[in-house]
Amino acid sequence: MKLAAFLMIAASALAADERRSGADFMSPATQAMQRDDAQNPAMLWISGGEAQWSTPAGSSGKSCASCHGDARDSMRGVAARFPAFHQGRTVNLNQRINICREQKQQAKPLPVESEELLGLEAYVAMQSRGMPVTPSQDAGTQASAARGQQLYFQRIGQLNLSCAQCHDQQAGKRLAGSTIPQAHASAYPIYRLEWQGMGSLQRRLRNCMSGVRAELPAFGAQELVELEAWLAVRDQGMKIETPGVRP
Amino acid sequence: MARALIHMPAIAKRGEIIEIRALIGHPMETGYRVGADGKLLARDIIRSFACRYNGEQIFGAELHQAISANPYIAFFTIATESGTLEFSWQGDNGFAHTEKTTITVSTA
Repeated sequence: MKLAAFLMIAASALAADERRSGADFMSPATQAMQRDDAQNPAMLWISGGEAQWSTPAGSSGKSCASCHGDARDSMRGVAARFPAFHQGRTVNLNQRINICREQKQQAKPLPVESEELLGLEAYVAMQSRGMPVTPSQDAGTQASAARGQQLYFQRIGQLNLSCAQCHDQQAGKRLAGSTIPQAHASAYPIYRLEWQGMGSLQRRLRNCMSGVRAELPAFGAQELVELEAWLAVRDQGMKIETPGVRP
Repeated sequence: MARALIHMPAIAKRGEIIEIRALIGHPMETGYRVGADGKLLARDIIRSFACRYNGEQIFGAELHQAISANPYIAFFTIATESGTLEFSWQGDNGFAHTEKTTITVSTA
């Protein structure tokens, strides 16, 4: 089944790639906001993340830069291969940052969806901007992606809808006032106008889940990471857009 | 925490029209929304923005509730002389933030 999906993706990439970033469905004004770093409000978070990169934290007295040096070199391409298998489980980029904080910096993990964590994640992810998504090929991540794929096609919630029913079958049509995008996740973390702030991919996934009235997994829950891993496989070869702006 | 980003050219020719873009992080809480407890959230917005070029005000704006969080303001001015541009935002609850940038204007 997974192989079939890979072949399907490979085939569709060989033919005209019909995958379109969510940015293609936005208004020209919102597209301009994403394109221009001087207008993109996510840069407020990223300038915070950039400052944190070289600020020592925790009892180790180390900053990110103490080990990783200049993020513009060391973090280039890193976000493109996340989620990835680490220490026996699949983790996404912000979980990986917190693992580094706890184990290397001996600092408290940053709270989920906090300004600090989103800023740091977006700063790291921005270093891969323009690079193609290249999901990790190890067995652990692939197993997670396969479970994520199952979740993607599984009906959930009181509305009994799967991700695929909207984002594969009805993409491009309208749900009330908004166009249904194809659910590509290569622009996260994003500044969402509706949120008037930044949010992670997991926040967006939980958004949809509450929309179909399903039970919400907690932030960092394994099924959310598995969905992220599947989306990375689905987005393979698409360009990283971080920091994205979405309506 | 106030954070602001200013984008403008660092050097310009005298008489050149330059674009200045100012972005600031602020919740711009309207005062019309209710919180999870059903009570009205107090208004917390930026009320005014001003830009001074070597002390002289060249641009000013009043902001109101309908303006979104993290307001972005773009405007143009003419580069007249080298010096400092000072940007200041003022708002509810004593909010005040100032940023300064320098510009070098060549005579050519």
